[in-house]
Amino acid sequence: MSTSRLFAARDLHSRAERDSSAGVTRWMLIYIVVALLLAAMSLLVGTSSLRTSLEWLRTPAALSDAVLWEIRLPRALGAWLAGALLGLGGAIAQNLFRNPLAEPYLLGSASGAALGVTVCLMAADVSLSGLAWMGELGVTGAAFVGAAAGIALTLTLSRGVLQTASLLLAGVVVAFLLSAITSLLLLRSPDTWRAMQSFLLGTTGLLGWQSVGLLAVVLAICLVPAVLLSRGLDALTLGEDTARSLGLPIGGLRVALLALLSLATAAAVSQAGIVGFVGLVAPHLVRESVHVNSRQLIVAAPLCGGVLLQAADLISRWIIRPSELPVGIVTACLGGSYLVVLLWRRAQRE
Amino acid sequence: MKPILRAARALWVIVAALLASPVLAHEPIVLSDAANQELRLAAPPKRIVSLLPSLTESVCELGECARLVATDRYSNWPESVQALPKAGGLEDVQVEQIVRAQPDIVLLIHAPRVLDRLRSLGIVTFEFEAQTYSDIARNISILGVMLAVPERAKNLNAQIEQSTTAVTAEARGRLAGRAPLVYYEVDDGPYGAGPESFIGQELTRLGARNILTPDLGPFPKLNPEYVVRANPDVILVSPTEAPHLANRPGWSEIRAVREHRICSFPPDVRDTAVRPGPRIATGLQALADCLIRVAP
Repeated sequence: MSTSRLFAARDLHSRAERDSSAGVTRWMLIYIVVALLLAAMSLLVGTSSLRTSLEWLRTPAALSDAVLWEIRLPRALGAWLAGALLGLGGAIAQNLFRNPLAEPYLLGSASGAALGVTVCLMAADVSLSGLAWMGELGVTGAAFVGAAAGIALTLTLSRGVLQTASLLLAGVVVAFLLSAITSLLLLRSPDTWRAMQSFLLGTTGLLGWQSVGLLAVVLAICLVPAVLLSRGLDALTLGEDTARSLGLPIGGLRVALLALLSLATAAAVSQAGIVGFVGLVAPHLVRESVHVNSRQLIVAAPLCGGVLLQAADLISRWIIRPSELPVGIVTACLGGSYLVVLLWRRAQRE
Repeated sequence: MKPILRAARALWVIVAALLASPVLAHEPIVLSDAANQELRLAAPPKRIVSLLPSLTESVCELGECARLVATDRYSNWPESVQALPKAGGLEDVQVEQIVRAQPDIVLLIHAPRVLDRLRSLGIVTFEFEAQTYSDIARNISILGVMLAVPERAKNLNAQIEQSTTAVTAEARGRLAGRAPLVYYEVDDGPYGAGPESFIGQELTRLGARNILTPDLGPFPKLNPEYVVRANPDVILVSPTEAPHLANRPGWSEIRAVREHRICSFPPDVRDTAVRPGPRIATGLQALADCLIRVAP
């Protein structure tokens, strides 16, 4: 190969990278704009019709009203943050396990987190809706322990991460097992059963500033190291041998990424309950729309996940207002249909 | 003469007893249940399984507690039923436990799967409706006929009617025109009790206004914002939740929370208020005491 052709090839390559990074930036901007639009809509959508809500918003009293600043705004932000954490968890999981179906929910970490929350609440005999700061931290800690244990159990059962099928199978088994233990515990206290049930179906209804603060801190704690570790993640997607040949401490890298995954899942679950599919779908949507490397995915997937959960939250409280649907049901419907479309398209192609 | 007299008297007692008992009277008991299924009984059932606390309580208040051979797990009053075998709940009924109890009849509310299973095993069932205030008297009357104690049922109904009327009248008097806006929280989903629910009906009876509208159904899962905007004067909530209401986003603005107009009941008192059964006056009294104490 002549030198000029080599340069031309390199030029082409870097141009492609530039194009893709321009594409990623464009998509990230789109996600941010959509998130802002949804947040604005969240302020509008309440328990009454849109017109009544608009009229109410135009009155001066509304601007100082707790409903706006204490409920709707933190709820919109909280939903975005929880979705972002799940999106981040999904992005880490899918790259780390080189498995497009990996996500917090399917790896047993969400079920583990829920079990942690349940044990913690039952031990302290309190309920989720009225926790003070310390309680909130305690519950998140318990969720973290549960999430980490869930993943550890899944990995032990599947003997590593290489076999997609066995990893998923192990994840499903662990998720079922841990959910069964949670149900067993809840059966012992019928009084909390229904309230916990709504937590297990995902709930954004009680997200306040306290939750927003906690979620934001955890997102920052998870996002920064995840971005820093993304080069290692890139190397891991090429295979363990390649990564090792690049001199990366694979063991340490894995543990660090798993810890981030557990923490992200734990925070999201402890505040919003079990919300399935966001972690699975967000990275897929990003990859469907633009070619990304690990670092770009780790920034874009949370942006996308945030938008998804925000939208699901809006739907959940709009569709049968002033009652509301558990948000987990909405995400399952949306995410499930998306997966069906994805599978159908793949079948068509083949 | 004396022995003959004694024998005659004994004979008369036996004949009278036989005449009074439906077995000899050949008057089968015919009842139609909530699903319009006709029930024909040659005699009052001797062995009864009740799968609903309010039915258990009604049977016992009619003085026929001894006929119960098993109940659901939630039946906990009167104390004597706590020792009976428990056959699960309507959602996870233990069929084997019921079969083992060899009941003449199983009393329950609409639960298609349970009904089908029991009927297929040849067990006689009777379906009640137990959701509203008027269901109480109707169910007690039905049980009165079924257990051949119609007079007792009549008396019990009269007594319930009288005491609930008295409680209501006194409460309305002491509330003196106050019509507090109330929110009854079933649990922190948050699920509320609508005006159509039994507890909602009781609150309305006492003169309270419910923040929920009937179209939402008996126990809707609410957007918490709804409660904040409705701004209830009084909140009735479980003892575990009561201290933490102010921590919920925006809830510290609610009048009931701001001014500590919150009531919560221990489980045994709550049972009397939420069960459409013979102890309704006790439950109503607890609700009335709460409203009188905290309503603005």
